[in-house]
Order: sequence, then structure tokens, then C-alpha cells
Amino acid sequence: MAGEHPVLETHGLTIRFGGHVAVDNVSCAFRPGTLTAIVGPNGAGKTTYFNLISGQLKATDGRVSLFGEDVTQMPAPQRARRGMGRAFQLTNLFPRLTVLENVRLAVQSRSGLGFNLTSMWAKHVELIEKAEHCLHRVALAERRNTLAALLPHGDQRKLEVAILLALEPEVFMFDEPTAGMSVDEIPVILELIQQIKAQGDKTILLVEHKMDVVRSLADRIIVLHQGQLVADGLPAEVIASPIVQEAYLGIIKEPAHA
Amino acid sequence: MLTTVLSGDFPRSRWLAALLVTVVAGLAAAPFIFPGTRSLDVAARILVFILLAASYDLLLGYTGIVSFAHTMFFGIGGYGVGIAMSKLGPTWSSLAAGSAISLALAVALAFLVGLLSLRVKTIFFAMITLAVASFFQILASQLSDFTGGEDGLNYKLPELFLPGTKFAEATLFGVELSGRLFSYYVLFAGSLALFLVLLRVVNSPFGRVLLSIRENEFRSEAIGYRTVAYRAVANCLGAAVAAAAGILYAIWLRYTGPDTTLSFNIMIDILLMVVIGGMGTMYGSVIGATLFVVAQNYLQDLMKLASNATKGIALLPDLLHPDRWLLWLGVLFVVCVYYFPAGIVGRLRTRKAPPAP
Ligand SMILES: Nc1ncnc2c1ncn2[C@@H]1O[C@H](COP(=O)(O)OP(=O)(O)O)[C@@H](O)[C@H]1O
Ligand SMILES: [Mg+2]
Repeated sequence: MAGEHPVLETHGLTIRFGGHVAVDNVSCAFRPGTLTAIVGPNGAGKTTYFNLISGQLKATDGRVSLFGEDVTQMPAPQRARRGMGRAFQLTNLFPRLTVLENVRLAVQSRSGLGFNLTSMWAKHVELIEKAEHCLHRVALAERRNTLAALLPHGDQRKLEVAILLALEPEVFMFDEPTAGMSVDEIPVILELIQQIKAQGDKTILLVEHKMDVVRSLADRIIVLHQGQLVADGLPAEVIASPIVQEAYLGIIKEPAHA
Repeated sequence: MLTTVLSGDFPRSRWLAALLVTVVAGLAAAPFIFPGTRSLDVAARILVFILLAASYDLLLGYTGIVSFAHTMFFGIGGYGVGIAMSKLGPTWSSLAAGSAISLALAVALAFLVGLLSLRVKTIFFAMITLAVASFFQILASQLSDFTGGEDGLNYKLPELFLPGTKFAEATLFGVELSGRLFSYYVLFAGSLALFLVLLRVVNSPFGRVLLSIRENEFRSEAIGYRTVAYRAVANCLGAAVAAAAGILYAIWLRYTGPDTTLSFNIMIDILLMVVIGGMGTMYGSVIGATLFVVAQNYLQDLMKLASNATKGIALLPDLLHPDRWLLWLGVLFVVCVYYFPAGIVGRLRTRKAPPAP
């Protein structure tokens, strides 16, 4: 099922913060139709790796390529419009806009209508409908008129995912999407990731601590440790490897989401 | 129909709707209900400041851009007309040329300032605009051959605008059909039209992106909006409307000088109008500008009345003496900002549950 050519690649990707190397020479290719789980203890550099890929941070060294094009120097918005979609670990919304508007803005970005100054936004009904559909998929439709800032934490996480859906990206980057969610909310998100995977042509990157989740969803696992890629392979192999046992134990000792 | 004109952005409060209708009707009929020279001047000033405040709100309230260069763009419009009229003569073509050049200059300058500094932090951008605006003020006073320096420029306009011009012998409801009446309605129509344009812009898909930038620029970029470009367009648009307000005011006053256009006092006034009216609400500019200009002009009269009425009571007549009007204006603002952190419009729209400060 997995496509031949990688959609996304990093080559020797490195970033230093002062003396600290947060991501250290990571080379990896991600193919369409594959869900890659990225695991590693807190502070391993997973979020920073995502930031380098989606353009929130600029690499000190190395390259990122998307559909074969070098995007290392490209600012985040352009990467987003080329199909890079990102849900953030720390919820990152438009606080004083409604839930629906948060999603509608993402749909609007996808539609390329941003520089339309002369029409009324409310007249673009198709954008609103699409946004509502995305809210349905994360079971947040009833909250459409609530201000994002007023949502409970679990719902904010769902909204974060709905925004990602609305972008209809080729590359989905989930950064601990279920962290801090209550147990009964988690299945909605996992089901959704499963559905995206079932489309068969999307490239999915998932940072996740819960090993049962990783085991059931991932086609492949890569392990980051102190910024370095230390293991890469099929879930069963990687989970069994000593290095992961160690890292995994580390996670169990500090299950907080950082 | 009304939805189209108001771009679907209704007052959403009966009180606000009533206030807006009163203000607009009052301004529309001002030459007939307030025919005095001074009161018509006040009405004209309100029209100009509604436009200035609304265009500033586009930046401050909708996009979260703090700029202190708004009066500079206002001044560019004013001086554009003033210089064209005094150097090229009071013809329609020089009026058109002066207006076109000042609009183009305002947009170009806004774009340049934007390019130089839009990527920087809000506070730094504010300081850059402050520096550029100060420079412009100095420039205007130095180039006195062109600008008339501190005295400013008095000029003639095409005959149609001049108060001496009579269109007919007859009067309408006792008001002469003069060039002054024509000027007023040019100002009224221009201000109304541009306000509605701004109202459309903030309710367009583009306007929504501006809101997203105000709320969370980082996330706005992450979902694909090149926020630098959006802010640049917002800046240029705000500058163009401010310049247009300057052009209209210069036509009305037949005078342009540093105190009527470039002064930082005006900048502060605009800021207060937007904050008091309600940031990010467009209608707030109408309410804010009207209240502010009326208070500026009539508070002294009101206080004279109050002072006389309280004669004999200790201290009160002194406190209410017309010379203290600035003090009371200040008190009024502090009270407004403290009790209506979301501005008057924000307060009216959420009358049931007052927003937390
Ligand atoms: N902007 C930054 N400046 C300095 N250090 C940073 C920055 N971002 C991340 N780091 C550091 O990089 C390391 C990796 O962090 P992060 O990528 O958030 O880890 P993870 O997501 O795997 O828990 C941490 O030590 C963190 O303190
Ligand atoms: Mg992280």
C-alpha cells in the first residue's frame, strides 16, 4: 500500500540552541500511506523535530524536503500550503474566536480565499459547511459557537485536530494528540487517525507516549533520544529492542506531557 | 439589501442600533438642524474623525497592529490638497492631482514602513512608526515654502466648494444652497462610503485573516497565511483611508496646518476614540468619534451652565469652571476605559453579562 517515493524527507537535520543540540543529525524518509510513530522520552527533541519539519524553527544544519522539493528555507505558511499539516502539542488556537471560526479559517486558507477583500465571509457557505463537517468528525459540533478560550482542555485538543483536518494536508503531524484528554475522549481521536490512515495516501507522523496506541496504529516506529535517531523499524522489532525498553521505562517513570 | 450595505455586520444591540441611527441621521441633516457655523464645523469634524478612527481600528482592533503614524497619513492627504491648491491653483484638475498623489504617497509610505518593520515585535513597530511620524512632522515644518511651516496653508478651492457660491436664490428649509452645503455633503458622502468599504473589508475573508493575526499570529502562519503580506495590505489600506480623510478635511477647512493634521494630540485622540468606542467593532469608531468630538467642543459650554447653576455652593462652581474642562474630559475617559474595557459597543452588545476587565 505504501507509496514508492517519500513525501517527506529530512537529511542530517540538526538544530542547536546555544550549546545544546536538540535535534542531532536526523535523516529519515516518510512515505505516503504510512503512519510513523515517533517515540522517545520527554526532552528527546520530538516537538523540535516537528518544528523543523513544518518550518516553525529554522535548522542549523541539514535539509527538509517535501515532494522532492527542498523546503529548508521556506517559511511555515508556504510549507502549510504545500500540504504540511501540523497539530500542536501545546494547544495553540485563536482564543477569542469561536470554535467554528477557528476551523473555518483553516478551511479558508486551504481554499485560497484569504486575499478576497470584497465579498462577505458569511456568504461563502461552502467553507462554513466544510468547517462544520470537520467539527463533526472530532465530535465538537455542539460547541461551534463557543469561544475557543472557554473550551475545556480535552475539547481544545479536539479543536486542534479539527483545524488540522480542515487543512486537508498530505502530511499529518500529530504531536501527542491525546495528551491530557479524558479516557472517554481518546477513542474519537484514535478512530480519526485510523480513518486518515485508511485513506491510504496520506503521510502521518505521530508523536505518542502510549505504547498500546503506538502498537495498534503505527506501521513503523522511530525513536529519538537526546536529539538523535536511535532506532527505526517495524513496531514489534523496535518495541522489543533494548534501547526502547529503556526509553519506554523512562517514559513510565515520568508520564507528564512536556 | 441592508445585509449587503452593512456587510452582514449588524449592530446586534437595540441601543447601539438606536445610537447609530441617531448619529447618522443627525449628521445627514446637520446643515438643517444645526446650521450655525460652529456646529456645522463640529459635524464635519465628527465625519472626518469617524473615518480616521475606523481606519485606525482596522489596524489596532482588527489586526493588532499598534501604529503611531496614522496622523502622518492623515497629514499627507491634507497637505496633498493644500499644496496642490496653493501651488497649482484652485482647479478641479489640481484637486484631483493633489488627491491622487497624496493617496499614492500614503500607500507607498505605508508599504515601506511595513516592509522595514513588520516582522519585528509590536512594540518595536510602534516605535518605528513614531519615529517616522516625528520625522514627517519636522519635515513639514522645515519645508515651509511648500507647507507654510507652522502657519500652515490657506487656499482657495474650485468654486463649487466656496461658501460664497450660491446655487439658487431660493433657500431650502431656510438654509442657503451654498458651496458650504455642497462641501458638507461631499464630506458626508465620502465618509459614509469609505466607512462602508471598511465595514466590508473587515467582514470579508481577508478581514477574518486579520482577526486570526490579532488572535495568534503564530498559528495563523501555521495554517498557511503569510501574515506579513496581510499586515502590509491592512497597513496600506488604513493609510489610504486616513489620507482620504485628510483630503476631505482639507476640502472642508480650506486650510491645512500641523495642528489640524499632523499633531500627536490628534493621534492620541484617535486612539482614545477607538478604545472608548470599542476596539475591533467599526461601529465603535462612530460612537467614539462622535462622543469625543462633541465632548471636546461642548463640554466647556456644559460646564459653564453647571458652574452657574451651582453658584453659592462651596467648591462646586470652581470645580465646574469651564477652564477645568480638560480635567473633566480626562476623568470621563478614565471612567470609560475602566468601566467599559470592551468599549461602549462591546458593553452594549453584552449588556446581560458585563465582560471581565
Ligand atoms: N526554542 C528553544 N530554545 C531552547 N531550547 C529549546 C527550544 N525548544 C526546545 N528546546 C530544548 O530542546 C529539547 C527538546 O525539546 P522538545 O523537542 O520539546 O522535546 P520533546 O517534544 O521530545 O519532549 C529540550 O531540552 C528543550 O528544552
Ligand atoms: Mg514534545
